[in-house]
Amino acid sequence: MVSPSVMRRRGSHLGASVLRPDGGPKAKGEFAFSSDMWMDGMLWGRTLRSPYPAALIKGIDVSPALAIPGVRAVISAQDVPGRKTFGLERADQPVFASDVVRYHGEPVAAVAADHPDTARRAAAAIRVDYEPLEPLVVAEAAINAPAIHPDGNVFRHIVIRTGDPTAVGDVVVEGTYEVGMQDQAFMGPESGLAVPSLDGGVDLYVATQWLHADRDQIAESLAMDPRMVRVSLAGVGGAFGGREDVSLQIHACLLALRSGRPVKMVYGRDESFFGHVHRHPAKMWYRHHANRDGELVNVEARIVLDGGAYLSSSNAVISNAVCFAAGPYRLANAKVEGWAARTNNPPCGAMRGFGAVQVCYGHEAQMDKLAAELGMDPVQFRLKNVLRRNDKMITGQVIKGTAPVEEVIRAAVSHPLPVPLDSSAEMMSLPGGAGMTADISDVRRGVGVAVGFKNLAYSEGYDDFTTARIRLDLSPQGEPVATVVIATAEVGQGFVTLASQIVRDLLGVDQVVLAPAGTEDIGSAGSSSASRQTWMSGGAIEHVCMMLRDSLLERAAGELDCPSSDLIMRDGEVSRESTAQRVSMTSLLAAGPLQAEHEFHHAKTQPLGVDGQGDAMLSLMFAAHRAVVDVDPDLGLVRVVQVTTGQDVGKALNPVQVTGQIEGGIAQGIGLAVMEEIVLDEGRVRNPSFTDYLIPTALDVPEVAATLIEEPEPGAPFGAKGVGEPPTISSGPAVAAAIRAATGLDVTRVPVRPQDLALRR
Amino acid sequence: MKVSMTVNGARYDHDVEPRTLLVHYLRETVGLTGTNIGCDTSSCGACTVLVGGESVKSCTMLAVQADGADITTIEGLADADGELHPVQEAFREKHGLQCGYCTPGMVMAIVSLLKENPHPTETEVREGIEGNLCRCTGYHNIVAAALYAAESAKAGAA
Repeated sequence: MVSPSVMRRRGSHLGASVLRPDGGPKAKGEFAFSSDMWMDGMLWGRTLRSPYPAALIKGIDVSPALAIPGVRAVISAQDVPGRKTFGLERADQPVFASDVVRYHGEPVAAVAADHPDTARRAAAAIRVDYEPLEPLVVAEAAINAPAIHPDGNVFRHIVIRTGDPTAVGDVVVEGTYEVGMQDQAFMGPESGLAVPSLDGGVDLYVATQWLHADRDQIAESLAMDPRMVRVSLAGVGGAFGGREDVSLQIHACLLALRSGRPVKMVYGRDESFFGHVHRHPAKMWYRHHANRDGELVNVEARIVLDGGAYLSSSNAVISNAVCFAAGPYRLANAKVEGWAARTNNPPCGAMRGFGAVQVCYGHEAQMDKLAAELGMDPVQFRLKNVLRRNDKMITGQVIKGTAPVEEVIRAAVSHPLPVPLDSSAEMMSLPGGAGMTADISDVRRGVGVAVGFKNLAYSEGYDDFTTARIRLDLSPQGEPVATVVIATAEVGQGFVTLASQIVRDLLGVDQVVLAPAGTEDIGSAGSSSASRQTWMSGGAIEHVCMMLRDSLLERAAGELDCPSSDLIMRDGEVSRESTAQRVSMTSLLAAGPLQAEHEFHHAKTQPLGVDGQGDAMLSLMFAAHRAVVDVDPDLGLVRVVQVTTGQDVGKALNPVQVTGQIEGGIAQGIGLAVMEEIVLDEGRVRNPSFTDYLIPTALDVPEVAATLIEEPEPGAPFGAKGVGEPPTISSGPAVAAAIRAATGLDVTRVPVRPQDLALRR
Repeated sequence: MKVSMTVNGARYDHDVEPRTLLVHYLRETVGLTGTNIGCDTSSCGACTVLVGGESVKSCTMLAVQADGADITTIEGLADADGELHPVQEAFREKHGLQCGYCTPGMVMAIVSLLKENPHPTETEVREGIEGNLCRCTGYHNIVAAALYAAESAKAGAA
């Protein structure tokens, strides 16, 4: 449904700020989002969800819904022909709850009708006989509580031990920290269109992060050959991890097959809050030891993540949380223990930063406590302990790639500070803004610094790969055209720009066409998550370009009657230095098109072994942030004035896109620090709307200044690391530190709410 | 109820249910899907259009309230041969979008803002788009796009 984009060269080399090929269509409103799809005769799907976080289902009567004119299909668990569960890591989540409900908003049934209002009324008419149960809502308690699912209540328990975990330092600081449940809040709610096909299969057009993972889960539940399920990418209105799991995919396909009609499903914002996983809330206890001279000695930590009712990607998230629990610092001794537990809260899974965000609040608060205890400057204290290349992480992995931790910290703190607060400050620029509540003489400014790191791509031995195919051909006008077939989900990050930059640079072809992303014609590209597509899909495209270049050289060698080793390819033509002979790509392609395909795997990683030790990570990304905040202590209001950052990017292949990721990622980071939380009351979501779940506006975001640290990563395509996640990791912890500096309060929980400041003075 | 209105210069007459929101009328009856729906609670501004030249969140208005009105949607900004409106061009040129879902609403809000205040300060731009949410960009390049559009003489006249 997304039209192929043809791009012409305009200074298109890697490293240049090439503009997005979809920038014009998106600015004109012509770009088709998944919610824009339309087909004659289509029906509208609607999900019925549980109002209880925990209940037994004693019976479901769909007959009142079926009796409504215009209703074409009503389905529940008994209508799922294949596997009745789905899941990214393990299929533990019911497509529809059948006998038991485990979270508020869990799907129970779905309907398709000829009008969205009819579908809504029909869903409401379904009679479900619930017997509510006492919900299990505290993750620490869930670990030893009676199981609420056949798989038990502990998704994963990991212990990392290294050195002497009983080692004691001259100074010891301890703290407990808590992180609330954040929502991805992408702007385009979930939507898709499922179309029954003549061969008995189904075509699904959907906004997703991982087409092939969707396809495989749909096929399992439909009891269908995966080749009969064709999933195509429809325009994606943001993702941030929230589209990695299945939401409406299986429901829409089931409804389409049952009704024999195309079925469109579009969630409203309220349903979107129930329809996807969230960032794991965390509770963390830390104890750090350091020597009087400021050297870190030991870290002890216990981390509990609330995974909610179903697994999603909790196992990988808790792994990240424990592996990065110590922060980017040298620690010879460590004992870190982590649990991801099942509760009757909403399921949690992937969100930008993926486990590294939560622990960053803990380890960075601890660093500041230690610095204070030692009477050291917090930046100098960190610099004394930062990880460097060839240092060992607490998992025993020696960092073989780049680790410019010192550089990112120095860059973050080297930006000029904002103009000091003074009595001439505009009311709108003070905490409380348009509320005009601030008294300038009371407002206090604080500055804080935080550092974070995270793995790039998938870890722990996961065989992570991307498939790409490129066809080189002549256009009807006789010009070379490269058509790239790859199932990479463009979710806003700008992969489409990068893909064409790579092909133009390596093949010298002006016209690059990205075929619509889908499962039918190519293997998996993996997920657009874990900051991995520049490396993985970029690497796959690079490899295929090299294969095509070799084929072009072979053809040219035949034409010039010389060994191909005498030839070089540059700017779309092959030349022989010794004789100054040249062959254009146009003439080489006159003999017929060329095509190459490759499945690109990154270097193998290892599972975590005994004591959580192992070379589990492919590559690490680092960033540091300095935040400046103004706080009105009477009302507990915070305004984030400025965030500056240094970020380790390897190589910036498209600086304007990298900076865009940094600015957007920082906005989400400060959102978690001071605004954003899904509020739960005994498992019930109390704020599933943008009136009650607040995300930063243009007036809430601070001034941002970024320095890109470019040290090419060995083994990475073009030396580039991923850039999407690091901005969201330490920006929030820097804000929390700045609030502590402004108020003198310890601030152990985010988001920091007004009552956490005003009522504690 | 019968409604007639002008949308992007063309006249439309339809019989609509009284409860139909303007945004649903535009998307589903007129078939102009450039205007997006992001929240259903008038919080996000993705559905912003111009009604009689004024920016309006089209989920806050019934189609019948727009009876007789002159509506401009994102599809009505570019000129007949497809050349981008200066504000659209500024979004493209300044990387003012990533996923692009908020973009049509943002563009309409800024067109309206620049009509009232052709040379806004950065703060005035931020205040002007405070009712439009974006989750990708952190707003920096959106603000830059608005200021860039304001600088172009064409935008001032638009």
